[in-house]
Amino acid sequence: MKKLLQCCLLLFIPLGVFASEGIELESADIDLTDKASLENGAHLYVQYCLGCHSTKYIRYLNLADDFEVDQQEILDKVAPEGAGIYDKMLTAMNGHDAKKWFGTQPPDLSLIARSRGADWLYSYLKGFYADPKKPLGVNNAIFPDVGMPNPLWKLQGTQRAIFETIDGQEVLTELELDDNGSMSADEFDKSVNDIVNFLVYAGEPAQLERVSMGKYVLFFIFIFGVIAYLLKKEYWKDIH
Amino acid sequence: MKSKHLENCGTWFLQRFPMSKLWNEHMAQYYAPKNFNFWYFFGSLALLVLVNQFVTGILLTMNYKPDAGLAFDSVEYIMREVPWGWLVRYMHSTGASAFFIVVYLHMFRGLIYGSYKQPRELIWIFGMLIFLALMAEAFMGYLLPWGQMSYWGAQVIISLFSAIPVIGDDLSLWVRGDYVISDATLNRFFAFHVIAIPLILIMLVFLHIIALHEVGSNNPDGVEIKESKDPWGHPVDGIPFHPYYTVKDIVGVAVFLFFFATVLFYMPEMGGYFLEHANFIPADPLATPEHIAPVWYFTPFYAILRAIPDKFAGVIAMGGAIVVLFLLPWLDRSPVKSIRYRGGIYKKALFLFVISFVGLGYLGMQAPTAGATMMARVFTAMYFGFFLLMPIYTRWEKTKPVPKQVTEQPTLEDRIPGFLKSVNKMTKDVPVQEHGHTVMHKRPNPSGIANVGVSIAKKIKGSLD
Repeated sequence: MKKLLQCCLLLFIPLGVFASEGIELESADIDLTDKASLENGAHLYVQYCLGCHSTKYIRYLNLADDFEVDQQEILDKVAPEGAGIYDKMLTAMNGHDAKKWFGTQPPDLSLIARSRGADWLYSYLKGFYADPKKPLGVNNAIFPDVGMPNPLWKLQGTQRAIFETIDGQEVLTELELDDNGSMSADEFDKSVNDIVNFLVYAGEPAQLERVSMGKYVLFFIFIFGVIAYLLKKEYWKDIH
Repeated sequence: MKSKHLENCGTWFLQRFPMSKLWNEHMAQYYAPKNFNFWYFFGSLALLVLVNQFVTGILLTMNYKPDAGLAFDSVEYIMREVPWGWLVRYMHSTGASAFFIVVYLHMFRGLIYGSYKQPRELIWIFGMLIFLALMAEAFMGYLLPWGQMSYWGAQVIISLFSAIPVIGDDLSLWVRGDYVISDATLNRFFAFHVIAIPLILIMLVFLHIIALHEVGSNNPDGVEIKESKDPWGHPVDGIPFHPYYTVKDIVGVAVFLFFFATVLFYMPEMGGYFLEHANFIPADPLATPEHIAPVWYFTPFYAILRAIPDKFAGVIAMGGAIVVLFLLPWLDRSPVKSIRYRGGIYKKALFLFVISFVGLGYLGMQAPTAGATMMARVFTAMYFGFFLLMPIYTRWEKTKPVPKQVTEQPTLEDRIPGFLKSVNKMTKDVPVQEHGHTVMHKRPNPSGIANVGVSIAKKIKGSLD
């Protein structure tokens, strides 16, 4: 029996060995109850992302309703000029131009937080670095050879990648700030976090309602269960 | 006056329909063994989930569009714009996984207590057909959201038909209705998912229950309760299904719903197991995802498919993994039904089978590395070994004497004090300074945990003999 166990453990070893990766994902601080963060995230998203990426399942009206602010405030602070409250968050860039410029149409980002995860997005947006070998002059530590420039370079500044040779392979281990942007590192982290927070919201607006409702449903089921259990005990007391 | 009319209506109806006869035969005078334990909740729970899938499924079709251009958007429309649409959709998606959890546990119950053995072979066959229909239902339903995993999962599985010699390519073309998964495939899968297979399912469930009520339920002791009857002709160890098991099953329903609602409200994606992350990207016939994995409930069979080097042989092995389950009543030659009276070999074999099934399920989700494929082959051999060697080891092993009547075992409630005691053993009280007071806090106790672990291991080892 012991030998069998040892054999099993030996067989499992190849599954547990992973190649050492350079950069690990940083964790985003997601808080959907922080409406100010969500609104700021939406604002930054419209400023820096909406130029290329739509969020077509969201209307500006949804933002007003879900962030509990006036519709006028969303129109003034978040929506691009000329957008109406009932408009979807569509991009102004047309697909034909996009194909010419980037080779493909930038994807809609409504569900990006659900397919990639918040931590990935957070690390990705912070992961751009200067790389003169690339056509756009930038590369990304999380998404190598990405076909997109750093939209936040003005805020972040320019990063430089530091490579180390591990097991004979060049591995990206660290990113260092070369040029300062208009924001400090902390301010920038907060801004990226707000954008990711907004994208997590955009992936599933219903989660605001869903999570707050859960405890009442569970409480009801619990009480129902207690009553059902007492009923069962009463019926079964003569069965031996 | 009014109640008189109602009464007349009732009598009119009852004179023309055997309502009370049906009720008595299947509920109030259907005698079930009194010693059902935890494992016997999952049949009624499967029925509950089936009803859930029907109701939520009907509601979903009211807003879903089976059209390659519209399907993905219509699902998001349900999730965002339709009032309570998100709840209905999550009930359906969580229900799909819950269905398989419940059905796998229900089938495992059959394995441990020999519920498939004579005279219940036909119940098992109907049950296996339900399982087959359920897999078809889940597979076709998974295409409907038209995400990347929907698309490429279906592409991979349907391309398996092309592994069949001679007719394979034409057959897979006929199934798809196109050279790739397309709008035509989506439409026919929709038709099968919402009407054809549900009809088959409901019919099979009906047959499963009718066959069960003809021979009566098995029980954890594997004793036929009909063999010892009281002077009135009722089984001594039997109790009427209604009200005893109806009230008991309601408790099971409450516990099940508690877990179900926890998943539904707090983790509907279940970390990517119930709703895969890649399925939030619309289907793109030009971009193959890096890693295609079916949903968790298919992964054991998928791992068997991948473990075999040859594609056609893999398809045969995957099919064979289901076929052997059908043959189970005739593979098992043991004179006793319940695991309680079987010898140690069956218990060990079953233990290895569970390990291989869970292991295959895990490996089916992982990328196929050399080590993983190797493990999958070992587990595949274990899986088939359990069934194909069964005629030998079940006949060969020594069984224990089966009692005439059902025995009394500690119930879940009886086990609570013992459970609390071992929890107590695993923790120790540590004084902690808090706001100027010394408060006793429970902290894990490593030596206690080790002791409890050892005694559990000993118990498991002892019960395997």
